[in-house]
Amino acid sequence: MTDPARDAPTSKARGYSVRTLPGFAIVALFTFVVLYAPIMILVTYSFNAGTSLAIWEGFSLRWYQRAIANEQVQDAALRSLYLATVAASVGTVAATMAALATTRIRRFPGRTMIYALVNQPLMVPEIVTAVALLIVFAAVKVWTGHTSMIYLIVAHTAFCVPFAYLPIRARLETMDTSLEAAAADLYASRWQVFRRVTLPLMWPGIVAGLLLAFVISLDDVVITEFVKSAGQDTLPTYMLGQLRRVVTPEINAISTAILVAGAILVSLFFMLTMRKR
Amino acid sequence: MDQLTHPDSASDISAVEVNRVSKIFAGEQEVRALDDVSVSIRRNEFFTLLGPSGCGKTTLLRLIAGFEPPTMGTLQLGGRNISRLPPNQRPINTVFQNYALFPHMSVAGNIAFGLEMLGKPKSEIAETVDRMLRLVQMEPLRNRRTSEISGGQQQRVALARALAPHPEVLLLDEPLSALDLKLRKEMQIELKRLQHETGITFIFVTHDQEEALTMSDRIAVMSAGRILQIGSPRDIYERPAERFVANFIGESNFLDAELTGNTVTLRAGGRFEVTVPDGVADGAVSVLIRPEHASLRAGEPTGKEIAAVIENIVYSGDATAVHLRLGTGELVKVRMANAPGSDDALPGLGGTVAMSFAPGAITVLKD
Repeated sequence: MTDPARDAPTSKARGYSVRTLPGFAIVALFTFVVLYAPIMILVTYSFNAGTSLAIWEGFSLRWYQRAIANEQVQDAALRSLYLATVAASVGTVAATMAALATTRIRRFPGRTMIYALVNQPLMVPEIVTAVALLIVFAAVKVWTGHTSMIYLIVAHTAFCVPFAYLPIRARLETMDTSLEAAAADLYASRWQVFRRVTLPLMWPGIVAGLLLAFVISLDDVVITEFVKSAGQDTLPTYMLGQLRRVVTPEINAISTAILVAGAILVSLFFMLTMRKR
Repeated sequence: MDQLTHPDSASDISAVEVNRVSKIFAGEQEVRALDDVSVSIRRNEFFTLLGPSGCGKTTLLRLIAGFEPPTMGTLQLGGRNISRLPPNQRPINTVFQNYALFPHMSVAGNIAFGLEMLGKPKSEIAETVDRMLRLVQMEPLRNRRTSEISGGQQQRVALARALAPHPEVLLLDEPLSALDLKLRKEMQIELKRLQHETGITFIFVTHDQEEALTMSDRIAVMSAGRILQIGSPRDIYERPAERFVANFIGESNFLDAELTGNTVTLRAGGRFEVTVPDGVADGAVSVLIRPEHASLRAGEPTGKEIAAVIENIVYSGDATAVHLRLGTGELVKVRMANAPGSDDALPGLGGTVAMSFAPGAITVLKD
């Protein structure tokens, strides 16, 4: 028994399928190998019993134990988490306000300009922002003599905003504005409309934005490296510093831990944004 | 009678008074959505705004709800100027075209929303929600999410939600347009029942002339931002003031005629006494004849009858439509109810018949 309705489209689609393009499979395979093989090797050697990054000497968790016991790693990890939490939270609040302003206010002159300005960190090369921040903050540090975490927090918050802004704005744009009109029609004040209707409905977008911003802050190297003062290493800049000296599988262990944390957060992000609306 | 026993009854004050309202949307091209519109809507009335899309009926509804301010003119509710009040301060609720139910709340949660915002006590909210659920027969589904119920059920929840705070006026923006025909007919009856039971003034927007005729106490026919005529369904159908109104509602035959005093002479022949509307002078006029207000007879015309040649016959069960050509070349459509054995009463295509009109069938139009 053949089902003509089922056969027809596939046989027709076959002619256009990218699978039949010459070399498609090879290019795809090559890309995946380049992307994932080094990561798999890195993860594998984080469990190596020996000190080598190339010779397998049996399974062990010693590098994880060493990393956890390492006070510098502890210090850098806590600083990373603290920085990412503060920067992502503040950035997400700012991004939420920006998203509301650009979707819930009647079209105003310069709105496209605002989009571009909010998204600046996505377009300006990170090294340029880093150098610019270094110069400004260096001047401020000399002038005030103040060297706390505030510079890193400000810098991270700034580049967290666009990453949080994108999913929140996407969520707001798919939301039906007649829901807010209906709430106002049913005697809700502006604040109540926001609190009871807009906020609960945009919430998945906000959480998604927060997660994305958190991950971006967690693995930033360039801006952090330029802005940090002495003794303000985050996990990525600590690792970078270690690589200049002696490389042990401890670095692999830390990398694997960051990889797992990032993968969990990004999966949560996709679950939130893909969820049926 | 009821009004006489209530000395403080304010039935002489209209529910909604729209006074010379214009709405202009600025932009690259200025749009005059409403152009000097005045209408007063009575208490407890089922009032319909009828017109084609883009005629300004929804804009007028949004102005009454408070979603848009009028560019000019004023809106009054029970004698109070509400033109500048935000929507949440107007005792007016809306049933939206797409229902706009809150997807993150249950059926009961949606119905309770307005009462909660008004700060009603919990016990009163619970009681009203129960009553509303019964009113729209949605009790068994009270804890469902609004995405888990059918379109017709969503419609009922939207109605219950808007009725729960017992507004002075209920606005309905084409609420039946998303329903299929059978459900639409049911909801038409349901809406009339709800209006009767609650005693709330309903302002209903539709482009469906049949819906407007069956449901309304009065209809305002709108076109291009203006109200062309306000009247009962019978007024609008039988005595349309303008060609647009006649054309938009029901089927129409327009014939050329000459008016002298209160007598029209059709170009195709025949003189008839008519009621002349205000503002129509003697001379060339258009007259309207509804297809069911004319009748046909086999044979030669005598007296006030007009000769016509049958061009087409369309049988549709309960009625037969006959398309005719007059001596002047004008086309006329006549609809006759079908009686048993009436099929052989007329000659076939190309045959000549005598056409006559019921008294009052000829309406002189203003334009």
